[in-house]
Amino acid sequence: MSTEATTATVDASRASARDAMMSNLREYGLVLALIAIMIFFQLTSSPQFQGWLGASMKDGWFAHLSFGDAISGIYPALRDGILFKPVNLTNVVLQNSYIIVMALGMLLVIVAGHIDLSVGSVAGFIGAVAAVLMVRYGLNPLVAALVSIGVGAVIGGAQGYFIAYMKIPSFIVTLAGMLVFKGLLLWLLGGESVGPFPTEFQMLSAGFIPDVIGPWTIVAPTLNAAGNPMPNTGLVLHSTTMLIGVLIIVAMLYFALRSRRDRESHGYEAEPFAFFILKNLVMGGIILFLMYKFATYKGLPNVLIVMGILIALFVFITKRMTFGRRVFAMGGNVKAAALSGINTERLTFYIFVIMGMLAALAGLIYTARLNQATPKAGAGMELDVIAAVFVGGASAMGGVGEVAGAVIGAFIMGVMNNGMSLLSINIDWQQVIKGLVLLGAVAFDLYNKKKA
Amino acid sequence: MDDIILEMRGITKTFPGVKALENVNLKVRRGDIHAICGENGAGKSTLMKVLSGVYPFGSYDGDVRYEGNECRFHGIHDSEKVGIVIIHQELALVPMLSIAENMFLGNEQASAGVIDWNRTRRRAAELLRKVGLREDPDTLITNIGTGKQQLVEIAKALAKDVKLLILDEPTASLSEKDSQALLDLLLEFKTQGLTSIMISHKLNEIKRIADQITVIRDGQSIETMDKADITEDRIVTSMVGRTLENRYPTRTPNIGETIFEVKNWSVYHPQHPERQVIKGINLHVKKGEVVGIAGLMGAGRTELAMSVFGRSYGVNVTGEVFLHGKPADTSTVHRAVASGLAYATEDRKVFGLNLIDHIKHNVTIANLPGVSSSGVIDDMGELKVANDYRKRTNIRSSSVYQITGNLSGGNQQKVVLSKWLFANPDVLILDEPTRGIDVGAKYEIYTIINKLAGEGKGILVISSEMPELLGICDRIYVLNEGRIVGELAADEASQEKIMRAIVRGEEKAAS
Repeated sequence: MSTEATTATVDASRASARDAMMSNLREYGLVLALIAIMIFFQLTSSPQFQGWLGASMKDGWFAHLSFGDAISGIYPALRDGILFKPVNLTNVVLQNSYIIVMALGMLLVIVAGHIDLSVGSVAGFIGAVAAVLMVRYGLNPLVAALVSIGVGAVIGGAQGYFIAYMKIPSFIVTLAGMLVFKGLLLWLLGGESVGPFPTEFQMLSAGFIPDVIGPWTIVAPTLNAAGNPMPNTGLVLHSTTMLIGVLIIVAMLYFALRSRRDRESHGYEAEPFAFFILKNLVMGGIILFLMYKFATYKGLPNVLIVMGILIALFVFITKRMTFGRRVFAMGGNVKAAALSGINTERLTFYIFVIMGMLAALAGLIYTARLNQATPKAGAGMELDVIAAVFVGGASAMGGVGEVAGAVIGAFIMGVMNNGMSLLSINIDWQQVIKGLVLLGAVAFDLYNKKKA
Repeated sequence: MDDIILEMRGITKTFPGVKALENVNLKVRRGDIHAICGENGAGKSTLMKVLSGVYPFGSYDGDVRYEGNECRFHGIHDSEKVGIVIIHQELALVPMLSIAENMFLGNEQASAGVIDWNRTRRRAAELLRKVGLREDPDTLITNIGTGKQQLVEIAKALAKDVKLLILDEPTASLSEKDSQALLDLLLEFKTQGLTSIMISHKLNEIKRIADQITVIRDGQSIETMDKADITEDRIVTSMVGRTLENRYPTRTPNIGETIFEVKNWSVYHPQHPERQVIKGINLHVKKGEVVGIAGLMGAGRTELAMSVFGRSYGVNVTGEVFLHGKPADTSTVHRAVASGLAYATEDRKVFGLNLIDHIKHNVTIANLPGVSSSGVIDDMGELKVANDYRKRTNIRSSSVYQITGNLSGGNQQKVVLSKWLFANPDVLILDEPTRGIDVGAKYEIYTIINKLAGEGKGILVISSEMPELLGICDRIYVLNEGRIVGELAADEASQEKIMRAIVRGEEKAAS
């Protein structure tokens, strides 16, 4: 009798461990994909791999093929690859920051069952507005930035009005918007680039957070004859960056533990404790590793802080706020949402206002990074943004999607861009590969869902 | 020796985690109307999907013999080739195509890919005559009612040289009159030698037309009875596995003052603004009272309810709504809910639920402020609410995290009810609250209605099933052509009186 009971419990716990692993695998599949892609490019961008590739192309593919060499070559290649070099990681963040900022808004738009094709043009146009205000009229950068974001809100509101209240499909309204703002961008700049910007404005994209604590010297760098530290020697960390990393991990653990305790107290518990620990250890390790990389360079880029705050805000909005819940309800079944007392028109309107503001912010980040507003700014950006959201698991039918997914989706596309450039793959093939990755990611996601 | 057209033996079908069918046996005689009944989720539709090849050969165990041959269907195409045609509960018609185009969809009257429109129209007209539908074959599906659409589906089946016609709850969304016409049509086809299988919940219909009945319960075939042995009691007993003494729970009404009143309510059609759909209706509901609205399909019942509930239907809406004797603003759904009104829709899949989200989120969506403060949702508070209502309305699910799209009809209805109970209204309008759900779940829904009335709420029930209204209501309004043509107290009402009021109303309208 008692043995039977014990066996049953053991079986149940084993099943739940496997369930937890499966559901987590699906949930963290994107993260794993991103890590795999990063490791792939880290290996292939290393001088060791490039050397082997060069030799093989010269002497034939079988001349340098050796299993032993391949195994012993992994560690040096991982160590010396370019992708994870602090300067390159910083670059990846800067290159993709504006895509991620827009992907946050696009996630809401797509979950609501709409699409916004105008974000690239709007970002370009707003960059030009900011440039004209600052460079031609000498407006204070902060004021100019706020005015620009206000203009973005008005643009989003105008498009939102046609979509929400006039019931014109978002595809058509924003397609029109895309043309209109592309044209207005050309008109505003008169076909020329406008720049450069005041330094304060450039700092939005080019700046790093100040090291308020002061550098943390672990290995003193070698000094040259003039008494200046030589590059690539010693190990000095940006301690504020390290501290922020540790704080993030502490906060993550605190919230994870609290939610776990809450769930347990209500009789819901899916994942075993060991799994919980392992998961958080891995996540914590990744954060610490990235922070360390930034800390050995110039610290955290300002734009990463802006992004981080926005990401946290949007996670909160979608997971915990009534606004986010209503967006998901509307995307899942707009008629049922309306009959549940949700003002679906107003909600749609606000979603596009938010999208407009984020497109404006992205435009500012992009322009600040280039240090000039150009007539071609923003062209095609909307496609990268939309791709990021879909790679991140959102449904084109609406009602399904996650902020974390969209952000990781953007990074997957961004790391692919960066990695392929490091391997000097031509832009034509880069496009082909990115297209196939988008299709493959969505197909894989659907296949998984069907199986589940 | 009976002439058996179809035999299904030992059919077992498993889905991940559930056994939907277990060793089901079914024998259908040639030329019969064979009814299949069972509670929702009993496996009737699954069985028909096995038969029609929706679940291909190899995905189930057991064998299907049709006309004496073993069948191995790999899709609907294979089963249609031998003359088995299934008409699903949700009609598969394309609204913006014409009747003729729909009838020959996938079976176009064409040579070398070019459609012969003359032949299409001629054959369509022929078949429409056969099913007794007087409509131009060029009429768009969207412009004809559900009853006529059902007839188009049948004509479409006839176009495919059907030998075995399967109808999945054909009368679920039809009015009494259309249902009768449909049943007569099936009897007529029977005399011409067509074999039909009909899935139905409506025992009186089954009793009227079926030659044999097979009852399925919990994925197993329980018994097959001949016409002579059929009684409603026996079917019900067999379906639920216990004797159901009373199909309607008893209640001692405790009726207070008037809580809800609609005065001079008029509504016009949204697409044809010159057509008046509701014509100056007055009605009231008292505290603790269950009031029914009877009437045929198209009488304007849903239109009345939805126009009152936040102008969700119609244009040029005029009239007044009173709650607790004071004028109430119900001009938007939000305001209607805020003033204490709730409306549970007749079409829970289209208007009631977010089918891709789970129970918890569906239960709280109409009253998010009730689980949040300044726009931030209290996760655990919400979970507690959802668990409470799951228990209260007896929703059968693995947890509140089950996706509502995977629930049975009865349980989906309970989620819709829970949503509105949590909004805590004073007056609930329930539109066809038991449509398409089984006897057991119906009883549970009636119990919930009684409990709400006991708490002093006013309940307005719209239903096509007259016995249901007679069984649960204290008072019944009869609606016809947008007018109230009768008001009957429970003790004096009967199906006959309701029908008489409708007919009298029609005579009045005609004269």
